[in-house]
Amino acid sequence: MAHQTDQSSAQGGGYGRIILYAALALLVIATLFLQPQEAATSIHPMDQFVVTPLFGDSVAWYTPTNVTLWMLIAVAAVFVLLVSSTSGRAVIPSRAQSVAELSYGFVHKMIEDVTGREGLKYFPYVMTLFMFIVVANFLGLLPMAFTLTSHIAVTAVLALAVFLTVTILGFVLNGKEFLGLFWVSAAPLPLRPVLAIIEVISYFVRPVSHSIRLAGNLMAGHAVIKVFAGFAGALGLFGFFPILAITAIYALELLVAFIQAYVFTILTCVYLKDALHPHH
Amino acid sequence: MAQHTEEAQAQGADAATAAGSHGADAAAGHGASAAHGGGEAVGMPQLDVTTFPNQIFWLLVTLVAIYYILSRIALPRIAAVLAERQGTMTNDVAAAEELKLKATEAEAAYEKALAEARSEANRISEETKAEMQAELDEALAKANAQIAERTSESEKRIADIREGAMQSVEEVARDTAQALVSALGWSADDATVNEAVQNRMKGQAR
Repeated sequence: MAHQTDQSSAQGGGYGRIILYAALALLVIATLFLQPQEAATSIHPMDQFVVTPLFGDSVAWYTPTNVTLWMLIAVAAVFVLLVSSTSGRAVIPSRAQSVAELSYGFVHKMIEDVTGREGLKYFPYVMTLFMFIVVANFLGLLPMAFTLTSHIAVTAVLALAVFLTVTILGFVLNGKEFLGLFWVSAAPLPLRPVLAIIEVISYFVRPVSHSIRLAGNLMAGHAVIKVFAGFAGALGLFGFFPILAITAIYALELLVAFIQAYVFTILTCVYLKDALHPHH
Repeated sequence: MAQHTEEAQAQGADAATAAGSHGADAAAGHGASAAHGGGEAVGMPQLDVTTFPNQIFWLLVTLVAIYYILSRIALPRIAAVLAERQGTMTNDVAAAEELKLKATEAEAAYEKALAEARSEANRISEETKAEMQAELDEALAKANAQIAERTSESEKRIADIREGAMQSVEEVARDTAQALVSALGWSADDATVNEAVQNRMKGQAR
């Protein structure tokens, strides 16, 4: 493999060869000075998800932990993104203000498209979910960061909050008619009870899929990156292949970070639509 | 795993390092990862129920904080900015419409002025042309009259000259005829010669 790349880059000549030699030299130096301790046991992809207290040893419900730290950073990021950037209130926006306006318009339009104008009452709520998830996802991609949304406890609370809001709102706004959501009046009468059971089951499965989708996607991506990082350490001289793979996966994870926030938010809108218009 | 972590809580030690009943050697070997990751994972840290209250508590705090930031400051502000921009744009569009109307009016006025100026110019040029034509006609007539006068004068003079010449010719002819007759030895009175010359000249002048 190394010979092949050597030859092909030699044909290319110039910069490519110099960069390759420099990279190889760096790798040799790195393997000489930073020898991986026991290669086989150096892969610990799940360590990044451990919740540790910032001070002391035990984790009580109020203990400041790395979760607390990254939650604080997320709040600060949201503040910078949406408040500091718009402090100019410019008619012709700066770049930062454009980002704030784009995210506002993105979620605003999403709610309006899915639920109609009545749904705009719940815009701050949906926007809170979206901003928290998208910021947490992207912050989690920083090296050494703790990924808040990779924890099922976090995403389950988010999904349950949506589930409870939608259910309570559905009954408050529509009363008993909210149960019409499960009674498919378009189907033939004998089928309706069967469909009702399926609908009820799918309704209660919603928060599960809603939360596990988000946490699972992020956890898997981050774990894969760590696994490849472990390979990079174990492979020594050939470590640059896993590094290339990490680069590619990182690009994919950037996409996933946004898409999962989008999916969570649009599903929230879809569920909200059920609460506002329970009739099929 | 839940057992391990409960055990860890009971011992008051770090869950990660105390989970060591089955990972002691692994935990020992990884100071490096502990340095940045914070601890050693046993199974899936996501399923470690002991950390749930902590995560949920801080998550709720965070969500409330973000909700307040958004609903009190960020969203009203962005909405105001967007509304202001929309207003500015509407105003600008209206102003542009007005300006366009004005431009159309100005163009119409310009066209009108141009047409007027053109017709005025036409009128002036027609007038000038007519004036010039009149002057020209007058001058031409005058010149014609002069020419006619000169011509008649000249004709009269030519006629005079011609008459004078005829008389001279007659005299010369008479004298010559007289001389010829006498030279030939004949004699002829003046009256006969005169008559002969006149007859001859009449015949010639015919």
